[in-house]
Amino acid sequence: MRSGRGQEIPLRLELRGITKRFGDLVANDHIDITVEPGEVHALLGENGAGKSTLMNQLYGLLPPDEGEILVNGEAKVFKSPRDAIAAGIGMVHQHFMLVPVFTVAENIALGAEEIRGGPLGILDRRRNRRDVLATSTKYGLPVDPDALVEDLPVGAQQRVEIVKALTRDVDLLILDEPTAVLTPQETDELLAVMRSLAETGKSIVFITHKLREVKAVADRITVIRRGRTVATAAPDTSEDELAALMVGREVSLEVSKTPAEPGREVLKISGLVVDDDRGVRAVDGVDLTVRAGEVLGIAGVQGNGQTELVEAIVGLRAIRTGVVELDNESLAGMSTKKILRSGVGYIPEDRSLDGVVKEFSVAENLVLDMYDRPPFGNAFKLNPKAINESAAERVTQFDIRTSSASATVGTLSGGNQQKVVVAREMSRPLRLMIASQPTRGVDVGSIEFIHSQIIHERDNGTAVLVVSSELDEVVGLADRIAVMYRGRILATVSPDMPREEIGLLMAGITGAEPAGEEEAE
Amino acid sequence: MSQVSTATVEDLTGVDAPDRFWNRERRLGAGVTIIGLVAAFIFGPLAESKTARFTLSTDATGAALSINGQLGTILFGLIAVVLGVVMLTGRAKRWQTLLLCLGIAAFVLSFLCWQVAGKFMPLVDTLSGSVEYALPLVLGALAGVLGERSGVVNVAIEGQFLMGAFGAALVGTLATSVWAGLISAMIGGLIIAAMLAVLAIKFLVDQVVVGTVLNLFALGITGFLYERLMQPNALKYNQPPQLPRWEIPGLADIPVLGPVLFHTNVLVWIALILVFVIHFALKGTRWGLRTRAVGEHPTAADTVGVRVRGLRYLNVMVGGLIAGAGGAYFTLVSTGAFNKNMTAGAGFIALAALIFGRWTPFGALGAALFFGFAQKLAYFLSVAGSPVPNQFLNMLPYIATIVAVAGLVGRVRAPAADGVPYVKS
Repeated sequence: MRSGRGQEIPLRLELRGITKRFGDLVANDHIDITVEPGEVHALLGENGAGKSTLMNQLYGLLPPDEGEILVNGEAKVFKSPRDAIAAGIGMVHQHFMLVPVFTVAENIALGAEEIRGGPLGILDRRRNRRDVLATSTKYGLPVDPDALVEDLPVGAQQRVEIVKALTRDVDLLILDEPTAVLTPQETDELLAVMRSLAETGKSIVFITHKLREVKAVADRITVIRRGRTVATAAPDTSEDELAALMVGREVSLEVSKTPAEPGREVLKISGLVVDDDRGVRAVDGVDLTVRAGEVLGIAGVQGNGQTELVEAIVGLRAIRTGVVELDNESLAGMSTKKILRSGVGYIPEDRSLDGVVKEFSVAENLVLDMYDRPPFGNAFKLNPKAINESAAERVTQFDIRTSSASATVGTLSGGNQQKVVVAREMSRPLRLMIASQPTRGVDVGSIEFIHSQIIHERDNGTAVLVVSSELDEVVGLADRIAVMYRGRILATVSPDMPREEIGLLMAGITGAEPAGEEEAE
Repeated sequence: MSQVSTATVEDLTGVDAPDRFWNRERRLGAGVTIIGLVAAFIFGPLAESKTARFTLSTDATGAALSINGQLGTILFGLIAVVLGVVMLTGRAKRWQTLLLCLGIAAFVLSFLCWQVAGKFMPLVDTLSGSVEYALPLVLGALAGVLGERSGVVNVAIEGQFLMGAFGAALVGTLATSVWAGLISAMIGGLIIAAMLAVLAIKFLVDQVVVGTVLNLFALGITGFLYERLMQPNALKYNQPPQLPRWEIPGLADIPVLGPVLFHTNVLVWIALILVFVIHFALKGTRWGLRTRAVGEHPTAADTVGVRVRGLRYLNVMVGGLIAGAGGAYFTLVSTGAFNKNMTAGAGFIALAALIFGRWTPFGALGAALFFGFAQKLAYFLSVAGSPVPNQFLNMLPYIATIVAVAGLVGRVRAPAADGVPYVKS
């Protein structure tokens, strides 16, 4: 079931006046973009600028309210991804669209199965497999057709996604935030793949908010801000200029801070072992110390035990063995409530799941930690007056952009929701502050603010633990960096260490010993 | 497919947590050892030292396997103990499932020797009875397999059974045709399935709640029509013809299995064929691949152009037809007339068979046979005058269900999107 299009005609895509509204919010406001054949076209914009919405319309997942999509000059209406694929457009989603319990070949075949036996539709696995291998060799993207997807590392899963699109003979490939889950080395490999695909005549739309990658690979850059195209730039535009276009004003990419003055050891972890939800070991003997007045950053690709480590510290996850001490007092077995009230601030990685109650107002969310303590209330009732006064104060202090403190948190933007979490967690007297992915899904303006708050907390003598899968963020904030890989701290390094070396560590390559020892898994 | 991945997960845990002594195998081993000890040292002394005869026919005549009742009870009990101890050593991980099955079989045999001592048990009758009791369970569980592999939880099997049983009785009587009855039974199941599909897939109502409501609906409407229509005019409305028993010449002469499988009603063959067909279709056809994709990761399926909702509708509806045919068993094979709430929870046991069978057709078949055997055994023992009180014997199928689902299923992985409605973002 190939798309049946002639493969040789290069594809030229034009979006004219695409507009998409969700209620009052205009996600895309008359966007015009042209993608030439063989071009890597970067779509640069902050989280929430409307890039993914735009691409979902192009891929037939969302109908546009206005505007047209032209493929080789011909107006097309995509009612479903099926139509988009038939027109030669493929997409690699930010969250992989792969069935974990299927093999690579099955995932690639799905929706375009080679069949025999006519109406019975019996799968022709041999032909499917052969197609996969053919695409894989043709484009130099090695995949094992018989491997189960869930057993593959993310980088390999992404190759499967790309092969999946290419097997369908697409001529234009949309890559939505493809580097978010990759190590720096895997990212470089992907950028090389993008270049070589472009050389074979395929067009690529590369969605990202990372300036470095855009500059490395793009032929042209379209910058989107708040649903509008603000500029089309050449790749030799400087990073500062691009950032300014993206955010709409000059931003400082560097986090400004003075050298740390570390004091006593506040958090001490030794030999910590923690299991994940499936009972598989996630944290495998971690030793860490965080001192008062310093930021310890944990760098690592997502899913290497960072989540479980943080959850174990704040008492959300059982400790198998090992010691976690706050000022020499063991936290093991204490309830999360008790741990937080003994002076631990916690910004969870998934804001909407663990950080805020979206249906509650801003004021209510701001007292989730202290609602049963004076002045906000006692064991039997709340004190609305004190709650509202404190909320009004903190809304100003933390620059939370909301219509009022009684608005529900769900109506706020991601950045402002995060500021609610930060405001709540930093209002208690703290000894230890844990910030897990503190700026995920947050606009650049809020990132700056949150970073400065974290540094402010450090300067007040709090021990700060920052966990982030964005290496730039860790490097910017941390005074020391611990690199986590497969549940272990591979090394603790200075933020001045070259990015590439930290990247190698994130990929589990320590240099001191050969990389073969982890093969047991 | 799913077995493969489950095994992978277990292997991983095995590697990662070697220090956990009471792992699953040892817990199960301890369980088998304990029931073996119970069998050998409690059933054993209670058993009479008389011959227990297991005849290879439907009555007391013909060739038989004989053993001294007390000896058999203790012997099989000890076999269970040995198997349990082997599992306890933790060295037979690969054979875990086989050992477990053998252990349970030994326990059951020990129990039978105790009960049959001094009497006889007709094996053919027991087996064909088990198959017959298992018949609606297989069909119901297959309906569940179709729905749940595509991501729709079907708690309404019980309701589909009831509607099927009712439709078969009513239309079968009116048309004086057993085939018309069978077809109406399927339509009865389809009606419930259609309601389930629309409410769960289109209106996104919680699937367990919808299923429960539909069960109550089926119970209410069939109960009402039974009391108002059938009961006053049983001759006119509630005397359906019975499914004929057909014999396949030659095959029916095979000892024991022949009469059980090849001299029986056509529904048994339909069920067995469906087990094979659905198994191979799920594994090897485009429909199967897409069904599994939709049940595991509907968004992924959608982005490659698979119609998620359409496929779910199709599967739930076909499941309804199958479960309806399962309902026909109650009126066209088993009792010969409709009765209020006559399915008595069989739909829920079918649901248990589906889970015990790990969402696979052959697993469902095995589980259904197990439950069917428990049911037949309870019936046999109460007729044979067992010292165990009747009420306890009647609990047997349900206890077997609970033990099976709670204790023996172990690590199972339901389809990842089972019960999760698909909403386009």
